[in-house]
Amino acid sequence: MPDATPALTVKGMHKRFGALEVLKGISLTANDGDVISILGSSGSGKSTFLRCINLLETPDQGDVTVAGELIKMKRKPDGTAEPADRRQVDRIRSELGMVFQGFNLWSHLTVLENLIEAPVHVQKRPRAECVDEAKALLAKVGIGDKHSYYPAHLSGGQQQRAAIARALAMRPKVMLFDEPTSALDPELVGEVLRVMRALADEGRTMLVVTHEMGFARDVSSRVMFLHKGQVEAEGEPEALFSGATSERFRQFISKERG
Amino acid sequence: MILASADGVDTLRIFGFGEGGWGLALLMGAGMTLAVSAIGLLIGAAIGSLVAWSRLSGHRLAGAAGETYAAIFRGLPELLVVYFVYFGSSTLLTGAASLVGYNGFVGVPAFVAGALAVGVISGSYQAEVFRAAYLAIARGELEAAVSVGMDRWLMFRRIIAPQVLRFALPGLGNLWQVALKDSSLISVTGLAELMRVSQVGASSTHQPFAFYLGGLVLYLVMTLATTRLFDMAEARATRGMRRIAG
Repeated sequence: MPDATPALTVKGMHKRFGALEVLKGISLTANDGDVISILGSSGSGKSTFLRCINLLETPDQGDVTVAGELIKMKRKPDGTAEPADRRQVDRIRSELGMVFQGFNLWSHLTVLENLIEAPVHVQKRPRAECVDEAKALLAKVGIGDKHSYYPAHLSGGQQQRAAIARALAMRPKVMLFDEPTSALDPELVGEVLRVMRALADEGRTMLVVTHEMGFARDVSSRVMFLHKGQVEAEGEPEALFSGATSERFRQFISKERG
Repeated sequence: MILASADGVDTLRIFGFGEGGWGLALLMGAGMTLAVSAIGLLIGAAIGSLVAWSRLSGHRLAGAAGETYAAIFRGLPELLVVYFVYFGSSTLLTGAASLVGYNGFVGVPAFVAGALAVGVISGSYQAEVFRAAYLAIARGELEAAVSVGMDRWLMFRRIIAPQVLRFALPGLGNLWQVALKDSSLISVTGLAELMRVSQVGASSTHQPFAFYLGGLVLYLVMTLATTRLFDMAEARATRGMRRIAG
């Protein structure tokens, strides 16, 4: 493997909500093409960790570096951290494609408008180019015929695929998935996982917070298991899922399988 | 009954556009009513969004100021506000003019004072409409906007404003009707809007019934027609929100 700059590194991330310390020093390195599944029971801090990476939550401590660029933070007088340069944060956010549990498509815009909104207005790319690319992306996630629909007129699975396409339209360096299938009816989970698997196969760098054990085991290149705000186990899926590394993880997967 | 009586022919002439006819004056009065109400609604939108923002900002002082404003102007009789703005703004301007050496009376045109009065009242109600509309936006959609790197202004322009307008339209439609009716109170300042023209016509021809009936019809036409416009705008703005049944 060539010694390239990692797509994303996180060092020593801490986050507390009031008296509750949710993240207790979490680090992670994602190289280009890595697909890292982040697992953990609810309350383990996995979603908070993902949200701290693109500063939807402000971490109290820790460095986030995207493609070699460190997000600059500063301390407020009350001791909490805040971004030192909002423009830098906005720019880096546009390089991290986020997919939410609740899809969060903009309801006043059609699917196509959802896809070109940020490329045109944030990245200031030519509209015609963005429209062509958006249509190709929609075809790729299997809803090419839905581009003029409003989000409310799509099924959950279709909405989530549109949301994935919206994130891809930014040409992100890393994709962040925050429990992308947790809000879906069981019969719609498969279509979203298929799209995510295809992205993994084409070498996208992805961080996936999920409860889908099958995806974590079969698709990801690495698995990170969080427990009470700390990394309890981490490694290649085969090793971890064999149950040899961590007793707690073994218990976790047997519970998840029900 | 009166219309059908001997002066029935007279009545037709009164509402006509020929000599001695009040048709044109009434129509112009209606136009003035529309204009002063529309400008008032716009002033109210500016005030209302400012007050709504102050209450949503999380700043304690700004929020308290906004709340006080809304409480005051919703709690006062509209007629009093009209008098207060009309005479108050002239007094203020006259005072300001004397500071720069001009010692005469400076009157604020009745149209300006009227639109301002309607706006000040409407704004106190629009604030609540805008605030509720903002709160109706799904938080996740704002988070999505942040996550793609939109700055605050872009997010306001592209995601918040269109949705606030969409959610506010029904409430604004109601307040437009209220503004249209409140504008009749401006007649006390002598502005030749529909109410005033009806009054003048009634007293100078001694036919109050005919004139107030004419005014009534014109007010109704205006409220019904513009309500229809708001309904159409609402249908257009909410087209993405209707779920296909099933």
